[in-house]
Amino acid sequence: MNIDLTMLEWARAQFAMTALFHFFFVPFTLGMSFMVAFFETIYVKTGKKEWKEITQFWQLIFGINFAIGLSTGIIHEFEFGTNWSTYSWVVGDLFGAPLAVEGIVAFFMEATFAAISFFGWKRVSKGIHLASTWLLAIGSNLSALWILIANGFMQHPSNEFGRYSIENARLEMTDFWALITQPVAQVKFLHTISASYTLASIFVLGISAFYLLRKKHIDFAKKSAAVAAAFGLVASIFTAVIGDEHAYQVTNTQPTKIAAVEGLYIGKKGAPIVAIGIPKNLKATEVTSNDEAFVFKIELPKMLSILGKHRFNAYVPGLKDLIEGNPEYGIWPLKKLAQIGKEAREDLYKYHEAKKTGDTATMQAAKEDFYKVVWEDPKTGIKLTKADFIGYGYFANPNIDPDLIHPPVPPVFYAFHIMVALGFWFIILFIWAWVAVVKGSFETNALLQRLAVLSVPLPWIATSFGWMTAEIGRQPWTVFGVLPTAESVTPIALQNVQATFFMFLTAFVILGIAELKILFTVVKSGPKGAH
Amino acid sequence: MTWAPITVDATHFYLQVYFWIIVAVLGGLFLLMTFVQGGQTLFHTASNEMEERAITNSLGRKWELTFTTLVLFGGALYAAFPLFYSVSFGGAYWVWMLILFAFVLQAVSYEYMNKPNNLIGKGAYKFFLYFNGVIGMVLIGAAVGTFFTGSNFTYDPVTRILHWGTAENGINLRGLEAAIDFKHGAWFNLAMGILVFAAARILGALWLINDLDNNEFPELIQKLRNVVKRCFVILLVALLVVLYGLLTMKGYAYNIHDPKGTVYLEAGKYLHNLLAFGAIPLILLLVGLVLFVLGVFVTVFKESNKGIWFSGLGIVLIGIIIFVIAGLNGTPFYPSYADLQSSLTIQNSSGSKYTLMVMAWVSVAVPFVLGYIIWVWYQMKKRGPITKEEILDPESHAY
Repeated sequence: MNIDLTMLEWARAQFAMTALFHFFFVPFTLGMSFMVAFFETIYVKTGKKEWKEITQFWQLIFGINFAIGLSTGIIHEFEFGTNWSTYSWVVGDLFGAPLAVEGIVAFFMEATFAAISFFGWKRVSKGIHLASTWLLAIGSNLSALWILIANGFMQHPSNEFGRYSIENARLEMTDFWALITQPVAQVKFLHTISASYTLASIFVLGISAFYLLRKKHIDFAKKSAAVAAAFGLVASIFTAVIGDEHAYQVTNTQPTKIAAVEGLYIGKKGAPIVAIGIPKNLKATEVTSNDEAFVFKIELPKMLSILGKHRFNAYVPGLKDLIEGNPEYGIWPLKKLAQIGKEAREDLYKYHEAKKTGDTATMQAAKEDFYKVVWEDPKTGIKLTKADFIGYGYFANPNIDPDLIHPPVPPVFYAFHIMVALGFWFIILFIWAWVAVVKGSFETNALLQRLAVLSVPLPWIATSFGWMTAEIGRQPWTVFGVLPTAESVTPIALQNVQATFFMFLTAFVILGIAELKILFTVVKSGPKGAH
Repeated sequence: MTWAPITVDATHFYLQVYFWIIVAVLGGLFLLMTFVQGGQTLFHTASNEMEERAITNSLGRKWELTFTTLVLFGGALYAAFPLFYSVSFGGAYWVWMLILFAFVLQAVSYEYMNKPNNLIGKGAYKFFLYFNGVIGMVLIGAAVGTFFTGSNFTYDPVTRILHWGTAENGINLRGLEAAIDFKHGAWFNLAMGILVFAAARILGALWLINDLDNNEFPELIQKLRNVVKRCFVILLVALLVVLYGLLTMKGYAYNIHDPKGTVYLEAGKYLHNLLAFGAIPLILLLVGLVLFVLGVFVTVFKESNKGIWFSGLGIVLIGIIIFVIAGLNGTPFYPSYADLQSSLTIQNSSGSKYTLMVMAWVSVAVPFVLGYIIWVWYQMKKRGPITKEEILDPESHAY
C-alpha cells in the first residue's frame, strides 16, 4: 500500500494533539472525583456545613472539567476509525472489545451517577448522594482501566492473548482474561491513576495555598489542604514505586523504547542511567560509543541494569544492537526479522490467492509455513512463529532507513527525564506539606505556600511527558512489533486530514481558553458565592 | 427462510445475529435519547431568561447519557463488526468527522453557557447546541440512510486497500456525496435525515412538557405543544418518502448459506425483510408508529404531559426495526453500489467467534445497567418536575 508520508505525519499530529488535549482534563477528573468523594464523606460523617461547602466548591471545579474530558474522549474513539481505519481493521477484534466493555461498565456508571452527584443535592437522601459521588469516582477510574488495557495491548501485543489469523488477515483475540490481566496494562493503569491522584492533590493544595497567601477562606483552605496533602503523599510515592515497575516491564517488552529513553546506543552489561544529559540526534548505525551520543551527561552506574533487569550486571541492548544484531546475546538483526516478516506476508497472500482458486493444498502449505515456530525461549518455552513477526515485513523494503526501527532519542529522553524529576519534586513537596499540616504550620509557612502555588502547572507537564514517552517511544509501531504506524493510517488525501486538524485545533484553542477563564473566575471568587 | 445455517458455523452466525440485534437496540435507544438534541433546537420557544434556563437545566441533566449511548453504539460496532468501523469511518470520513464535531461542541456548552467569563458568550454556546441538534441529527439520519442506499467504495480485506469513489462532480467528498448524489438515493438519505431531525425535535418538546413544571411555565408549554404539531407534519412527509423508498427500492441481498456471500440486488427486499420472521418486524414497526402518533395525539389534543412515554417507546421500536431490516435476513447492512461484492454483511465484517462470545457474556451486564439508569431517573424525578425555585437555589448545581 502506498501511503503519503506527509499525510501520515498530519494524522499523527492530529492524534497527538487530541490525546494531549484530552489528557489535560482526564487525570484531573480521575483524581478530583475521589477528592470530592473524600470531602463529601467527611461531610456526611461529621454533618458539618463547612464540609458541604468544601465538597460543593471542588465539585463545581470538577464539573467544569468533566464535560470537556468526556467530549475530547469521544474524538479518540472516532479517530481510530476515521484516521486509523487500517489499524481498526487489523486489530479491531482485540482492541474493540475493551472499548466496548468500557462503554458498558464504566461510561454509563459515570454519566448516570454524575447526574445525582451534580443535581441531586436536594432530590435524594444524603446516603444515596454520597454513594453516587463514590460511584462516579469509581466509574471514571474504571474507564481508565479499560482504555489502558487497550493501550497495554498496543505496547505489548503478546501471543498469550492474541494471534494473527491467516484466514482473516488480522489479529484475533484468543484469551480475554490474559488480555485484561497482562502485567503491562495493569502496571500502566496503576501508574496512570496514581499520577492522576497526585495531579489533583497538587491542584487542591496549590489553590488552598493561594487562598492562605491571600488570607482568604482560611478555614476552607486549611481543611482542603489537609486532605490534599495526605492523599498526595500516598499517591506521589505510589506513582514512583509503580513507575519503577513500569520501567522494568518496558525494558523487557520494548527494548527500543528503553534504549532511546536512556540514549543507549551500544548495549552493555551493567548499563547506567543518565541522570542529567543533553543527547544528540544521531543515526544509531553510525554511533561507535555511547559517550559521543551526548553533549554532556552525568551517569548513575549500573542503575539501568538494576532497574530494568533487576540484576547488577545484566545486559541491556542498545539501539545499534537492535538494528545490527548482537549474536553474543542472541539479538537478531533487523534484516533477519524483516526477512521472517516478509515470508509471513508472502504466506498470507499465497493463502488468499489459493483460496480464490480453491487450491486447498497450497492454502494448507502456506498456513503451515505461516505458523512455523522460528524461535523458542529455552527457559520459558514460549514459542514465536513467523506470524508473530509479520509487522517487520514492512522493513524488508530496501528503501526504508533501518534507523526508523527505533524512536528518536532526544524527545523521549527529555520527556522521560523531566517527568521523573518532577515526580521526585512532588514527593518532596507532599512530605513537606504533610509534615506542615500535622504540625499545624501549613497556614503560616509562606515559602511552602508559594512553592505549592507555583507547582500547580507542573503535574500537567509531567503527565503529558509521561504519555509522550509512552507513545513516541513506541514508534514506529502502533502495535509494537506487529503493525507499523505507516500501515495503520487511513488512505485519504492530505487535504482532508489537514482540514480536520485545523477544525479541531480551532475548537480546542477556543474551548481550552474558555475553560481556563471559567476556572480562574471560579477560583478567584472562592468557595462562597461560587455558585 | 430457514434459521439453521448449514454451511456456516452456527454458533458464530447466531452471535453475529445477536450482536446485530444489540446494535439495533442501542440504535433505538439512541433515537429515544436524541430528545436532548431535539430540545436544543427549541430555545426560541423561551420568552424569558427563566424559561431558557428551565430548558437548559432539563436537557443538561441528560445530555451525558445520549453522549454515552452514542459512544457505546460506536464501541459495540467496533468490537462486533470491526470491518464496518474501518470502512465506514475511514471511508465516509467527512460524515463522521462532522457528526463528531457537532457532538464535541455540544458537550461543553451546557457546562459553560451560563458561567461568567466564558470567553465567547452564551449566544455562541446556544448556537453550538443548535448546530448539534440540526446538523448532528440530519447527518446521523442520512448516514443510516446509506445502510439502505449504499455507499461508493471498494474494499479488499486481505490487502486492506480501501478505495472511496469520487462523486459525479469529480471531487471526492468522502461520504458527503450521500446527500447530493440523487442517482444513488440521496433523496432517501436526506428524507431519513429530516425524519430523524423531526422526530428528535418532537421528542425534545414532549420531554420538556413532561419534565418542567406545567403550572410555572404555562406559555412555554403551550408553545412546545405547537412545535409538536408543526413538526409532526414535517415528520409525516419525511416518513412517507422513507416508507415509499423502503418498499419500492431494490435492496441488497445475499444468501447466508453461500460461503462466498455473493451480493445481488433484489426487488422488494426490505418489504420481504419486514414480512420475514413471521412478520414480527412489520408488527413491531406498526406498533411503534402507532405509539409514536399516540404520544403526539395526547399531547396536542388532550393537553397531556405524558406523551413522551408513548412516543419514546414508539421511537425505540421503530429504531430497532430499521436496523433489523437493514442487517438481518441475508441483507448487507453496509452495501457498496460501486462494487456489490465489497458490501459488508454481519457475516463478513464481524469479530471472531471467540471475541463475540466474550462480548456476549459481557452483555449480560446490560439489563443491570438499564436497571440502575431507570432507578436513578426515578430517584431524580420523584420529587416532582423542575421548578424555578430549584434553578435559582444557590445550593443546587444548576446550569
